[in-house]
Amino acid sequence: MTDLLRRLMRTPQGAIGLLLLAVLAAACLFGPWLAPHDPEKMDFLGRFRPLGAQNWFGADQFGRDVLSRLLVGARSTLPMALAATLLGTVAGAVVGTASAYLGGRWDEAIMRTIDAVMAVPGLLLALLLVSTLGNGAGNAMIAIAVTFAPGMARVTRAVALTVRGQDYVKSATVRGESASWIIFREMLPNVMAPVVIEATIRVSFAVMLFATLSFLGLGAQPPASEWGLMVAEARQYVHQAPWIIIAPSLAIAMTAIAFNLLGDGLRDAMNPRDER
Amino acid sequence: MSASWLLRRLALILYTVFIVSVLVFGITQALPADAAVTLLGENATAEALNAIRERLGLGDPIWWQYLRWVGHAATGDFGLSMRTGQPVGPEMLTALGRSLLLAVAAILVMLVIAVPLGMVAAVRQGKLADMATGLISYLGVSFPEFVTATLLAMLLADTLQWLPATGYVSPLEDFGGAVRHLALPVLTASLILVAHVARMVRSETLDVLHSDYIRAARLKGLPERTVLVRHALRNALLPVVTIVALDVGYLLGGIIVIEEIFAIPGIGRQLMVAVTARDLPSIQAGALIMSATYAVANTLADVAYAVLDKRIRYD
Repeated sequence: MTDLLRRLMRTPQGAIGLLLLAVLAAACLFGPWLAPHDPEKMDFLGRFRPLGAQNWFGADQFGRDVLSRLLVGARSTLPMALAATLLGTVAGAVVGTASAYLGGRWDEAIMRTIDAVMAVPGLLLALLLVSTLGNGAGNAMIAIAVTFAPGMARVTRAVALTVRGQDYVKSATVRGESASWIIFREMLPNVMAPVVIEATIRVSFAVMLFATLSFLGLGAQPPASEWGLMVAEARQYVHQAPWIIIAPSLAIAMTAIAFNLLGDGLRDAMNPRDER
Repeated sequence: MSASWLLRRLALILYTVFIVSVLVFGITQALPADAAVTLLGENATAEALNAIRERLGLGDPIWWQYLRWVGHAATGDFGLSMRTGQPVGPEMLTALGRSLLLAVAAILVMLVIAVPLGMVAAVRQGKLADMATGLISYLGVSFPEFVTATLLAMLLADTLQWLPATGYVSPLEDFGGAVRHLALPVLTASLILVAHVARMVRSETLDVLHSDYIRAARLKGLPERTVLVRHALRNALLPVVTIVALDVGYLLGGIIVIEEIFAIPGIGRQLMVAVTARDLPSIQAGALIMSATYAVANTLADVAYAVLDKRIRYD
């Protein structure tokens, strides 16, 4: 593990990614204490106050401090994206491994169905699910998880197919182990590495999808300072105060970049021979 | 490419549309809204509600409702909109036309930008141009559409006043106006695609440049330009067809947001309106048409790939 971390730090992507993630983690863990102001405190004399000593990133339409809202808002954005990815990855990994283990007609049927589900564009599927479950951050998280599961299943299956032919799986079959033992105890642990890389990159999609759903009014609800919601609320004030749009936009992009970099860094660290 | 392969692809599309229709119908049926109440309002009398439930067949078993819906949908009849009372099918297809215009324009713009970008990055591997392309790719995939759209509109429409911020003009009525109104949405939609495709073109070109036949072409003494354009480009572009087809999924998803932001009456915006109004027939029609479009695009890409690459034999 420490060896992997060291190799990760040696790739430029991994190092920058980890650095950005450390900033984000600090915002998630200590956001309310780091925030210079109360994120909900309104100040009608300070409406649209530009960037300066008093409000580093300016103030919004109610005179609330943008930096403080961003710092506190990290909690409404990041954990949701992580949870959605985790949930979708676990579900997808189990289905993908099971499909590879079963093989033959079952594998064919499961994979063709997954292909079909993936024919629904991700945002559309998430939109349909949220409109059924009801608006809200928790439901948006579940919708994203469901949207991710088929893709993760496909990735996992591809890896699991190579694992299936390995001797230790064959010997477990010969030992007479049950299907669930072979799937969960023999195969799953050995397909995790590529799946983790894929999942890391997916977190950046999850962040963007979650912010998009909030932007459309389906995810986090006001007065939360979720970043996508902040962009949506700021749009009508583009003439007065462009910074209240730019600040949360950059926060979203920075998070997505961080996970993309980390994913690429992990790939390089785990497969040192691929130089490109 | 044999006839049986084409038939299998066709069967796969049908299976895809079937699964999607079950998915869409299942999800929308679970919507926590009573269609009768949506139509008549909260204050309707019990008799009126029962009458309309009877007429819509809401009391029938669920599988029968599904079969009836699919049967009608297959003939292009998606029922009446609960919001406007107009037939949903024609409205959605008109909207799809506008969305396709946007999508095709975005793909063309993307190809014009991404292919040269990826090629240059590969030829100048490790140099400044390569790093710049890498940076563009990273930024491109890290900005969700609503952020790109908002920032671009802020810069090009609000600050510089070069382009109109919202609205749609039919290209048949006013071509110049249509181009100006489509510029921002197309730019937004193509950005994330540029990021994907430029990366793909770069890595494919690198593969090709390291191959034996390129070395042979160089050793033959062909000028570098001929080697690149006549020999490398063609082979590097093949896999791009596949990734473009996969990106149609992103594109269709992104179009929902982009049309909402730029007020384009395409299928994505219709769908958002329908979702907000809990207009069941419109949601079902929009989702099914969008997904079917994606499935067809994927198959077309497979066929194009097979036609372009004579080495591939599908049987």
